[in-house]
Amino acid sequence: MKALREFVDKQKPHFEKGGRFEKLHSTFDAFETFLFVPNKVTTSGAHIRDAIDMKRTMIIVVLALIPPLLFGIWNVGYQHFLSHGMTPDFWPMIGFGLLKVLPIIIVSYVTGLAIEFAFAQARGHEVNEGFLVSGMLIPLVMPPDVPLWMVAVATAFAVIIGKEVFGGTGMNILNPALTARAFLFFAYPSEMSGDSVWIAEKADAFSGATPLGQLLVLDTDKLPTDWSMFLGTIPGSIGETSTIAILLGAIVLVATGIGSFRIMASVVAGGLVMGLLFNLWGANEYMNIPAYQHLIMGGFAFGTVYMATDPVSASQTNRGKLFYGFLIGFIAVLIRVFNPAYPEGMMLAILLMNVFAPLIDHYVIQSNVKKRLKRAKAVAA
Amino acid sequence: MSTVTKIKKGLDIKLIGEAEKTIKDLVTDQFAIKPTDFIGVFPKLLVKEGDTVKAGTPIFKDKYRDNIVFSSQVSGKIKEIKRGAKRVLLEIKIEADGKDEAIDFKAEDPKTLDREKIIQKLLDSGVWPFIRQRPYSVIANPADNPKAIFISTFDTAPLAPDNDLIVHGHGEAFQTGIDALSKLTNGKIHLNIDANATHSKVFTNSKGVQINQFSGPHPAGNVGVQINKIDPLNKGEVIWYLYPQDVLAIGRLFATGRYDASRVVALTGSEVLRPAYYKTKIGAAIEPLVKGNVSDTEKRFISGNVLTGTKIDLDGYMSFYHTQATVIPEGNYYELFGWALPGFNKFSVSKSFPSFLFKNKKYRLDTNYHGGERALVMTGEYEKVFPFDIYPMQLIKAIIVEDIDLMENLGIYEVDEEDFALCEVIDTSKTNIQEIIRRGLDLMRKEMS
Repeated sequence: MKALREFVDKQKPHFEKGGRFEKLHSTFDAFETFLFVPNKVTTSGAHIRDAIDMKRTMIIVVLALIPPLLFGIWNVGYQHFLSHGMTPDFWPMIGFGLLKVLPIIIVSYVTGLAIEFAFAQARGHEVNEGFLVSGMLIPLVMPPDVPLWMVAVATAFAVIIGKEVFGGTGMNILNPALTARAFLFFAYPSEMSGDSVWIAEKADAFSGATPLGQLLVLDTDKLPTDWSMFLGTIPGSIGETSTIAILLGAIVLVATGIGSFRIMASVVAGGLVMGLLFNLWGANEYMNIPAYQHLIMGGFAFGTVYMATDPVSASQTNRGKLFYGFLIGFIAVLIRVFNPAYPEGMMLAILLMNVFAPLIDHYVIQSNVKKRLKRAKAVAA
Repeated sequence: MSTVTKIKKGLDIKLIGEAEKTIKDLVTDQFAIKPTDFIGVFPKLLVKEGDTVKAGTPIFKDKYRDNIVFSSQVSGKIKEIKRGAKRVLLEIKIEADGKDEAIDFKAEDPKTLDREKIIQKLLDSGVWPFIRQRPYSVIANPADNPKAIFISTFDTAPLAPDNDLIVHGHGEAFQTGIDALSKLTNGKIHLNIDANATHSKVFTNSKGVQINQFSGPHPAGNVGVQINKIDPLNKGEVIWYLYPQDVLAIGRLFATGRYDASRVVALTGSEVLRPAYYKTKIGAAIEPLVKGNVSDTEKRFISGNVLTGTKIDLDGYMSFYHTQATVIPEGNYYELFGWALPGFNKFSVSKSFPSFLFKNKKYRLDTNYHGGERALVMTGEYEKVFPFDIYPMQLIKAIIVEDIDLMENLGIYEVDEEDFALCEVIDTSKTNIQEIIRRGLDLMRKEMS
């Protein structure tokens, strides 16, 4: 450790102001702080500080993404061989999955981090760790057969237009990973929807429709069993299919307090309420499916746990989070059932509520302000 | 007695180095007054180096409120007037001569005096600066009539001194102080005690006060929290506040006619070998206090507690309002993969470190930031340790963008830096929140005057 520290200290002057690699200062700083927690001490305010920092927070979210990632890798392989009528062993499936998924992850990280580093340098900031999470989220919401150049374009779009133009980490209005997904969805619809994109190198004869796709054409009897939807052995985006793997991640996020339980619970509540309302209405078969099935299909679970809870684009007040979450679940199911153009409503529901989150906060805060003004008036009278 | 106000949100940070409950005498002749302790005061010096002073001799006054003077706490000689950058007055060092001479301001029973006479006596003797006001936490304006006076008798900050011990045997001076204060407001004097820990008869038998009980974690002992729960501040209102030893100084002024700056200071912190209480005077030098009683590691000396105290050097002096000195290790080291390792010994309120499993563990914490400064990303963190009906994150952001109306609407008058100290400690983004709050308060004060 000491030798490593000495090495870093020796290189440091080259990256400081006036050094040879001055223009790479942010990059150097990012790597240095990756290796070592800095020796910076408090000078004003509280003399002691909590051990948590942004790196710790983000690494825990990445940890929470590991279960859906691992399951996703296996499932990409499984679905591929299934479509060809083959049932190989565990490892070939993993091998095929890795071959498909790993390049997407690498492209997403390399593109995103390069842009982040460049912006940090231009602004003279330290590199924010937020992209460690976004860079993992983007691959997990992609269909397995997505062309790599699309991943790169979408990531660049999400980081630049979705985040940096607003001022960088902490200032963005939309969830960056979903911005990437939405960009592809609207720019390249044929690669992002339909029945053929959800299984990597699918055999032509095999129907690759997702449960949501089948429901859209009211094929309720072709729906997979609840169990396979819960386990995730169905076609879909890489990380979204397995509700149980996502639940594992949710436990990590809630137990560490890093993901907002308020938001997760209220999204689920919103989805269930809308589902039940549709049951009461019951105009077609889609409306009649049990409300809980909405939670285990498509991206509902993934969106609830990893996307809606993004603290920057969600409501920031505790009460606001309840409204925000509830409306996401509510609108997601509404879009699914009502809108024939969008089989999946989760992405659009979250992005929509991202936009409305500041408004929700505004009203929550105004009620506090009004209370204060009323108190002052009561005293003055 | 009254009902108990329960504070639910907050945090007790358990540190090693609590002071043993014995009071020793500190022998030193080195004292100082630090004009920087008084927020918003522009000092105008009234003495020169080499002047002889008595206890109660004015040392400097506030340029803009020149009836507010600051007096010498001892009799002796002005040893040095230390200035910093731009000739800012940092310290007026006084060497005590041990004669203990004092200016006689006349002993009088405050019950027989009217409001003007009491205020005049407090101003003349230099005891007035003990009385501070909310909003802004500046020295009270003698021309104001506060809607109430608040006295917090208990301190919930880490390793805080035990006021029960400090006031023991001083019941008479305390009551005299209360009598004097009661002439200063038409409202109530709120004496706030800890429902579980305050037992001293000095507090519980006080007359002419309303006793309010509080329970719960820090910041339950902060006067700002108590005001918020009992009698919240509205725009334009003023509340005065003091701490028990300040009341004692007022009481002794009326009982003896002298400015008696005696003060019991708790020496605490993990680097103190034998933490204990010391009887000395306000503004004592820190070196004699810690000599031979601290560890050999590189240390941070703090006048006050670890949350809100002032960093001082070994040749520094205690601040005017502080009743506690804390010594903790400096944290200027690198830590390989510190953010990724499990970190069993790390203090964190977040549950991302295993330490949350050991609720009663006491920590030896240092001054390391444990990370770099980042954008404000996480939400809902501050709310867990902030027991006000105020949105902390939104208020902080309003201050950063200097939106006066929004700051006012969000309740800036009700808070002080110290109320945000816990938010600052637990903040993931490592923002210096207390600094921001102070900036906001200063801005408001400027706008309002």
